[in-house]
Amino acid sequence: MSTVSEQDKQAFRQEVSAWLQANKPADPGFLLPQSFMEVGSEQQLDFLRAWQHKVWNAGYLGMAWPKQYGGQGVDPVFQSIADQEMRRQAVPICFNVIGLGWAGPLINDIGTEEEKARYLKGILTGEDIWCQGFSEPDHGSDLGNAQTRAVRDGDDYVINGTKIWTTMGNFAKYMILLARTNPAAERKYDGLSFFLAPMQVPGIDPRPIRKLTGEYGFTETFFTDARIPASCLMGEEGQGWKIAMKTLQYERGAEAGAAGGLAFVRIVIDDMIQQLADVERDGAPVLQDPAVRDQLVQLIMEEKAVVLGDRRAGIGPLTTDYPFSLPLSNKLRFTESTRRMRQLAINLQGADGGLYVGDADSRQGGFWQRAYLNSFSATIGGGTSQVQANIIAEHILGLPK
Amino acid sequence: MSVSGSVLGSTALSFSEDQAMVLDVARSFCRDKSTIAAVRALLESEQGFDPEIWRQMVDMGWPGMALPEAVGGSGLGIAAMVPVMEAMGRSLLGGPLLSSVLASQLLLRARESPAEDALLATLAAGAPATVALLDSHDWGASRIRCELGADGVLQGSKQQVMDAAVAEWFVVVAQQAGEPVLVLVAAADVPVSARRDHSLIDCTRRAQAIDFSAIKVAEAAVVRGPRVASALRDLRLLGALLVAAEAGGSAAACLDTTVEYLKTRKQFGKLIGSYQALKHPCVDILIGVDSTRSFVYHAATLLTEDALDRDAEIACRMAKTQATETLKFAGDRAIQFHGGMGFTWECDAQLYVRRAQWTQQAFGDAQHHRKQLASLLLDR
Repeated sequence: MSTVSEQDKQAFRQEVSAWLQANKPADPGFLLPQSFMEVGSEQQLDFLRAWQHKVWNAGYLGMAWPKQYGGQGVDPVFQSIADQEMRRQAVPICFNVIGLGWAGPLINDIGTEEEKARYLKGILTGEDIWCQGFSEPDHGSDLGNAQTRAVRDGDDYVINGTKIWTTMGNFAKYMILLARTNPAAERKYDGLSFFLAPMQVPGIDPRPIRKLTGEYGFTETFFTDARIPASCLMGEEGQGWKIAMKTLQYERGAEAGAAGGLAFVRIVIDDMIQQLADVERDGAPVLQDPAVRDQLVQLIMEEKAVVLGDRRAGIGPLTTDYPFSLPLSNKLRFTESTRRMRQLAINLQGADGGLYVGDADSRQGGFWQRAYLNSFSATIGGGTSQVQANIIAEHILGLPK
Repeated sequence: MSVSGSVLGSTALSFSEDQAMVLDVARSFCRDKSTIAAVRALLESEQGFDPEIWRQMVDMGWPGMALPEAVGGSGLGIAAMVPVMEAMGRSLLGGPLLSSVLASQLLLRARESPAEDALLATLAAGAPATVALLDSHDWGASRIRCELGADGVLQGSKQQVMDAAVAEWFVVVAQQAGEPVLVLVAAADVPVSARRDHSLIDCTRRAQAIDFSAIKVAEAAVVRGPRVASALRDLRLLGALLVAAEAGGSAAACLDTTVEYLKTRKQFGKLIGSYQALKHPCVDILIGVDSTRSFVYHAATLLTEDALDRDAEIACRMAKTQATETLKFAGDRAIQFHGGMGFTWECDAQLYVRRAQWTQQAFGDAQHHRKQLASLLLDR
């Protein structure tokens, strides 16, 4: 628990709020990514890198990380407040999310002195972009079955295989890599190892994947006899699964060890209702159509239920039935309701619903069309909704596999 | 705390130590006293509940729990009834508590000076009472049809008067010269010939249709004044919330019943719970149960003895909407997932699907509340 006084928190909130207001960048005139999974051009990258550097330089990123590695060494509650303000003011994202929220906290947590000194600061400044090499083309949801091979050869490991959904793979300097060092291990999980791997070595070929939005943001990354130094191994051989699972715990924000910053532009139901203000349907405002109103209320309730669920999750006597059901179902509820909301937003635009990014007549430059198509990254990535439902059914309700 | 300016409005949710204690006590009481066997034994009984268990509920002070100490209550407020209703719903425990609590809340909120109301003290002490509210099947009707003449004679019928057979007092919602009034009628003044037992889809409940015509009341038995209209509005919202709390408990129990069956029943050599077509709807029900609980206790957080404000109204309506949809789906799937067994009286799934149908209409269905919510949320 934080021991910071309410007064100090309040004062800090005002400080960071004022700084953001004064320093929030102007509209750059090109489409900005709504999440770190949408950085497709050098132009976007340069813009976001400059913004993240500015936030760090002002002291609002990695606040809870140690000073000697570029942090501020203060209570994580300050970072949480900074994150909340960034979200509230809808500033651009801090794009280096795999570094800030996965690799960085992990290195900070279990890395050696040398690893900390080498990696942490570059993550915060945005200089060193990190990507993640967990998923494989044939093993999307079944991470434990990863088949990319790492074979020890003298002072190197030789990597062969393919990773997919590598965010910013074509821009990244480092990758957190899950690869199989022992194919003979009895349990598939025990054959995996975890690497902090360089990306700019011969034999690593990241090929950009064009997404359904028409944009880029991910690569499929091919490894052909790529040699990385043996010192890239994190922990010991065979600990890969354990370490990979550990990276997931930092998702809960600064209090859990993440550096902070905004990973997603939050799109809420208010944004959608606002965009409908001048839309007409059957000769009257769409917001007066009873069928539409009924659907909107259902979506408002879905969004509110997630917020209320987060609050109730912290109240012991109200979570006795299935103590982990709220945290475990959160991803499923939130991502599915987001997808439905964005889908309805297009639905309610009338003929404009058929326009896309690039059309001068499209509403908000095709914002909702793009946002809807992108929303599948959340209902598929990190375990599809269907896999999530299986996990909840089996681990919370105790239904058989 | 509220998300300022957002259409989400207030997102406050807290749970007091009093509420936690009440929940704990109520859950074990209901679990012990209202086993499924006990519930089944009462389904086709005349009274529909066990008078001895009702006496124990009175002894624990539940009828007066939400009433102020000045009238002999415990002063815990209506928020403390929410965990009780949830616990009763979970164990399908019947009896006149809901009716009595709503009747006393209506009086409390309509009276200019409740402390002087002798009837409130009687109700706090456990005399069963009920509100005669519905003039027709339309929960959203704005016009009151039951009339109180200038001569003090009532004219009109009420339907679905809950627990009417055991109520010692009726709070009859009527109008006089266009103004809403509450008329207090003792059970002894309502002849048997004016009462007709309803046959309800939820066999754990009892209700009557009552013709109050020609019953003459004294002026002292009429509650009138500026607070009556707002008390009636609050009654409908509190009714919606308490039914929602009860439904949340019933839906949780229904889910447990279904899941238990899916873990034991085998077909084609496999436990049927391993099929995703059955698994995933169970997760949907769980999510609905979770949302119901969140909405219900969020609403409870916003309730006071004062007239309900906008946030509280939104919360009560959302709670009822969510609870209704959740229990309907849970009951419906419970029958289907029990297969042929689910089609029988013997299978417990029928208890929940029947309750779901009663629950959905009580104090307005989901569409009704969403329509009201649309005005509250979208026409700002």
